[in-house]
Amino acid sequence: MKYYIKMVRPYMVWSVLMIVIPMLLIAAYSVTTGGNTLVNIQFTLENFAKFAEPIYVQVFAKSLRIGLITVGICLVLGYTLAYNICRFEERIQSSLILLVTIPMWINTLLRTYAWISILSDNGIINTFLQALGLEPVTMMYTNFAVIIGMVSDFLPFMVIPIHTSLSKIDKSLIEAAQDLGATPFQTFTKVIFKLSIPGVLNGVIVTFLLSISTFVIPKLLGGGQYTLIGNLIENQFISVGNWNFGSALSLILTAVILVAITLMRRLDQEDKEEEL
Amino acid sequence: MKNKIIELKNLTHNFGDQQVLKGINLNIYQNEFLTLLGPSGCGKTTTLRIIAGFEEPTGGEVLFNGIDVSKVPAYKREVNTVFQNYALFPFLNVHDNVAFGLKIKKVDEKFIDAKVSETLKLVGLEGFEDRDVTLLSGGQQQRVAIARALVNEPKVLLLDEPLGALDAKLRKEMQTELKKIQEEVGITFIFVTHDQEEALSMSDTVVVMNEGVIQQIGTPEDIYNEPENRFVAGFIGASNIIGDAIMREDCLVSFDGQDFECVDKGFKENEPVEVVIRPEDIELVKPKQGLIWGVVKSVVFKGVHYELVVETEYRDYLVQTTRQFETEDKVGLTFEPEGIHVMYPM
Amino acid sequence: MKKKKSLPGIVYIVICFLFLYLPIFVTMIFSFNSSKSLTKFSGFSLMWYQELFSDAEIMSAVYVSVTIALLSTVISTVLGTATAIGLSKNKKVIKELIININNIPIMNPDIVTAIGLMILFSSLKIEKGYMTMLLAHISFCTPYVITSVYPKVRSLDPNLANAAMDLGATPWQALYKVILPMIKDGIFAGVLLAFTMSFDDFVISYFVTGNGVKNISIIVYNMTKRTNPTINALSTIVILVIMVLLIIANVVPAVMKKRQKRGTEAEQTIREPA
Repeated sequence: MKYYIKMVRPYMVWSVLMIVIPMLLIAAYSVTTGGNTLVNIQFTLENFAKFAEPIYVQVFAKSLRIGLITVGICLVLGYTLAYNICRFEERIQSSLILLVTIPMWINTLLRTYAWISILSDNGIINTFLQALGLEPVTMMYTNFAVIIGMVSDFLPFMVIPIHTSLSKIDKSLIEAAQDLGATPFQTFTKVIFKLSIPGVLNGVIVTFLLSISTFVIPKLLGGGQYTLIGNLIENQFISVGNWNFGSALSLILTAVILVAITLMRRLDQEDKEEEL
Repeated sequence: MKNKIIELKNLTHNFGDQQVLKGINLNIYQNEFLTLLGPSGCGKTTTLRIIAGFEEPTGGEVLFNGIDVSKVPAYKREVNTVFQNYALFPFLNVHDNVAFGLKIKKVDEKFIDAKVSETLKLVGLEGFEDRDVTLLSGGQQQRVAIARALVNEPKVLLLDEPLGALDAKLRKEMQTELKKIQEEVGITFIFVTHDQEEALSMSDTVVVMNEGVIQQIGTPEDIYNEPENRFVAGFIGASNIIGDAIMREDCLVSFDGQDFECVDKGFKENEPVEVVIRPEDIELVKPKQGLIWGVVKSVVFKGVHYELVVETEYRDYLVQTTRQFETEDKVGLTFEPEGIHVMYPM
Repeated sequence: MKKKKSLPGIVYIVICFLFLYLPIFVTMIFSFNSSKSLTKFSGFSLMWYQELFSDAEIMSAVYVSVTIALLSTVISTVLGTATAIGLSKNKKVIKELIININNIPIMNPDIVTAIGLMILFSSLKIEKGYMTMLLAHISFCTPYVITSVYPKVRSLDPNLANAAMDLGATPWQALYKVILPMIKDGIFAGVLLAFTMSFDDFVISYFVTGNGVKNISIIVYNMTKRTNPTINALSTIVILVIMVLLIIANVVPAVMKKRQKRGTEAEQTIREPA
């Protein structure tokens, strides 16, 4: 049956042009000088060396820290949410999961924008606090605002894969554990959590990828001076115009994510081997 | 002789570097019920798929009424197939499944409706037009698959292990039914199976295949009574196969240290041969009265008969009997000259 | 995995949903505010909706977002579906190569994909604007279509297409009469994903656009300094449209299935005695 085999050809051409070549171009820009024209190009590793300057290392460390905190909060909140959703009958479960998904489909910018009116100095929360006779709190343009924005934005990406693997768990395994004398806590740590690890890893990878690379949320909720690696890249292309350094930063970001994914996958495999 | 409808000439086929058909030559006649029989991986399904047009043979020719069609695509061939898992279209109801081929040919709607009802009646599914195929039982799905193929009035119907997914009782029913349908529509059926009982009970001609080679072509009686080699004998039914026999002369074969009278002729003198004796052809008598004697090693009750293993000086014999024996009983084994089947060694 | 629901569990779920929906509710409420404030609700009014429909810049952004989303959905669905069908018939090496390339935009941060495309367009001297935005959207939507259609194609019984051709259908007829109906759930999921990915996109659009072509996200991004409830009015409309679409997409198939099943069951019980 050799029919349909040629149907991949348009995409083969397309994906080389629109996926492979752009990546190669980024790589090419990252190791050259000569501005944005590719006229007097010269090989250099300067762009990567520049990254070692303290100011950039600080930005990178801050991105990593904020990213990991966001992932951690999403994991705790998301796991608890997925676990509690799983206690319902299937029909209610799918409605609840639909409710988790709906915000994902609504423009990130619009949702982040709404957080401004909630968190700002004379915003909803502070108005509420003042009505109770409490001191207003500054929340906008702090790490707190950025993290709140990220968590509310990325939480569904954690809940859905965890719910998927929790709902796939064979009920008889839990009954078997109880039958063998495991307490509810032991059943959770020794059976349920272990079986949900693939979903957890999936959720962690996606939320990490999203939170380390975002530049919209820090810009809107952290203010103009708040710089994460995503903002740094944006600046190189939009305002500074140093495409070579911007490309090097992008490659570093891609590399960090690749390393994180590989580590996560290895963790999953080691876990499986351990079980064997 | 009847008209040849399909002729396979020196057909070969490779999957990668594995040769699955090693030169198949076969004539298929009009109005014949022909079965390709063999173990899985013997090439029977590949042969069927080549006839249907789903695979292009690596070498050789497929002739339909004398014209080579090996390069003609499936949709232009005048054959239709009943698939192993039926391959019914789950998003269409029974009527639309059966009407699929006629609609493609853009036949008049009224004619389609009439033809579909008629064919459903033929397969015993009258009035099932609006049913959802996914909600039918296995046997009913099977009938829809047959109707969907037959409604196009093919010259040849190909059936790829169509009864494989049915339970034993339904299988028996469908065997009779299929044979009846074939007689009623009067076209050639090419049937693929690994079940020798199915092959023997339905076919006009049985083609036994193994490892991409045809082992024997014949009527069910020929195949059963005169297997051409050890493989056919073994595959067709549990058998006693004696590999170290010598043909003394016409109608006299020697094994187990004795000469036995038989009915086979045409071998050279003192030619090494193989002998098959079917378990039901061996009769148990008192030790002294038998041609060979031995001790019963095991007794298994099989419903209609008992199956015994009898240990003799040279080998163990498998014997079927309706009488009851105990293990360690001493028995005599006897068989008629017609019960001895002499074959060429493989 | 089912145990008794606990009250704390239910309370927790409610709190999480409040957190997730708070920005959405706030957006909607303040779109009906009668003053410019985004923090104090001073009375109900539809003034921001009137303002919205008379704001040429926002209306043109809506036009860009909608047309880009529609065009890129149609094109990436056709391209992705064709690729997924073809993929299953190809050799393992080609299959794996394409799947791996296809995973790059999915695993890469949007910002990296965006600058890659930006550099590509400027290297090819393509003027940035509507066309580059459309090409970029097709480029990042197609991989998602492929990932949602390909598993459906892979689980397809190859004999179904064979059966259609056996019954006289040409490969083309077999494709649209059998294969496409069989994988329509995957295609539908792909359409939904592609449309929302495109409609929601900010990062990629932001880097590849030019000549004043802006979609809704870019307008919002530029507007943050001068807060303005017209954007809340727009958000409310967008949210309602998306919710209605999602509910239709989730509820209609379920109801249809139920109805169909009930229909055939009823029919069968009527016929069974005969």
